[in-house]
Amino acid sequence: MKLIDRLTKDVPLATRREITPKLGFLLTVLLALVWLIPFLWMGVATLRPPSDGINLMAELMPSLKPTLDNIRDAWEIGDFPRYFLNTTIICTGILLVQFVTITLAGFAFARLDFAGKTLIFYLFLMQLMLVPVLLIVPNLRIIAQFGLYDTLAGVMMPFFASAFGTFLMRQAFEAIPTELEDAALIDGASLFQRIRHIYVPLSIPSFSAFAIISVTSHWNDFLWPLMVINSPDKRPLTVGLSVFTATAEGTQAWGTIAAGTLMVIAPLLITFLIFQKRFISSFVTSGIK
Amino acid sequence: MSLAEPAALPVAASVPPRLHLLQRFTGRFKVSLPAYLLLLPSLVFLALFTYGAMGRVLIDALYQRATPKAPLRFVGLDNISAVLADPYFTGAVVNNLVYAVGTAIPSIGLALLFALALARTNVVTSALRAALFLPVLIPMVAASALFLFIFLPNVGLLDYYIGGLLPVVPNWLGDPDIALYAIMIITIWKNAGYYMLFFLAGLQSVPEDVMEAAHLDGAGPFMRLRYIILPELKPTFLFVIVIATLNAVTQVDHVFVMTKGGPSNSTNLVLFYIYQQAVEHYDIGKASAATMLTLAALMGLTALSFRTMANREGGP
Repeated sequence: MKLIDRLTKDVPLATRREITPKLGFLLTVLLALVWLIPFLWMGVATLRPPSDGINLMAELMPSLKPTLDNIRDAWEIGDFPRYFLNTTIICTGILLVQFVTITLAGFAFARLDFAGKTLIFYLFLMQLMLVPVLLIVPNLRIIAQFGLYDTLAGVMMPFFASAFGTFLMRQAFEAIPTELEDAALIDGASLFQRIRHIYVPLSIPSFSAFAIISVTSHWNDFLWPLMVINSPDKRPLTVGLSVFTATAEGTQAWGTIAAGTLMVIAPLLITFLIFQKRFISSFVTSGIK
Repeated sequence: MSLAEPAALPVAASVPPRLHLLQRFTGRFKVSLPAYLLLLPSLVFLALFTYGAMGRVLIDALYQRATPKAPLRFVGLDNISAVLADPYFTGAVVNNLVYAVGTAIPSIGLALLFALALARTNVVTSALRAALFLPVLIPMVAASALFLFIFLPNVGLLDYYIGGLLPVVPNWLGDPDIALYAIMIITIWKNAGYYMLFFLAGLQSVPEDVMEAAHLDGAGPFMRLRYIILPELKPTFLFVIVIATLNAVTQVDHVFVMTKGGPSNSTNLVLFYIYQQAVEHYDIGKASAATMLTLAALMGLTALSFRTMANREGGP
């Protein structure tokens, strides 16, 4: 995608010069600090001893006697290891199947000529326009008919095909010179061998961009798993956190809520801080999530 | 292939024309077969969960049960008129419109400011970009958990720090006049950093020589913003507006966690209404009718924006 190339480059010099008056920059710095406040509070509240009481709960100055009690409480109240496992299974399962479907379909669109190509292309495009979140009611009924209600497979299945991923791979495959494939063809490589040994290895950056988008969005998905899952032991992190929050809210255990939230978002935040550039360029590529 | 030279096509001439056409068709199919097989896995899932689901919505919207256990009966457009006459639905539509405009404008405005301020790349701007982007990554449910405390009356973060400055301490999530705006703050906080990325990308296409020339002609930063940068960013604006609108209709996780549509339905949004009809009232007919109306509105909007974008790119 063009956007991704553009973002990795620097803004032209003349544009950069005086693009914002100092006031704009100062305002942005202030707002960036405001943007961090919820995270800051989460960290401070997690480490605050419960004995500090509700009146000091909002204090952003960290307590002088930090404690891990809140984390321990959150760990005991919520079944976080189970939620983690479920979310990991969901994200991995979706991603693995998607890798297969988008590779095959992307290759067909990029390199093969076939009857009805435009029509099928538009059929794929429809998925982008239809916004899957809105189709939760019919999809729940379809999942139930398959006997997949209250299963992790039911949470995963509607996302196995991805129009966005297909278009991304199509673009990646189109950029690969045909000479490479011709050479393999002369050596007698089959269609699958060519995909496996030429196209896939040369498209790793696109696969990783797609993986970031896919995992982030399904890690954070809430409404769909909420509808599909009924058993507490099959809840993903988001649904688990919402139940946990509702319980702890009743007892005003805000430190515990902060600790639970921290546990849920820590994996993605840490991965982001390590692979910042990758994340940001993947999100630009994705456009519509 | 004129009749004047039949000898040139001995095989084709001996085959009846209809069979010839069939052969051409099967020939074309044979060539296309590998592509169809490669597309099959994707098409199976798309057929089930996109086209099938879409068809299902259209059919379900035409049927209704008198009581939860009564048999389905065909009611035509009754569900649609029932939804349109339902004050909870129209209320949700109005709330959603307020929510869409009230979140899109501030978050897009802030995103533009952030992008302009952080256009140059160095350690400081990278850190600031990351700080503004962090909310994008976390689940809406987690953001809601944090903001539940921020909005907590009296002891919460907001009241603790600025409550004293206000004449009356508001009950942020409990007051029907305020709750929707409180929810909007979370959305703005969560999305501004996302839209910033697109403006950052868009800024890279501002032509350097034009900026240089304007600078030499003595145009100040605001003149250059108004007459060079903003016109150049038009496609980006359009794109971000479409995403912001889609987000306004599809992001409702915070409503579930924080307000459940209340107080007095002041934070009820369309998708939450659909969920309530389907899951809480078991009214698939009404839920499907509401889904259909929302899909139609969104698809119309997307098609319109695609056309505008296509015209822009295709134009001279």
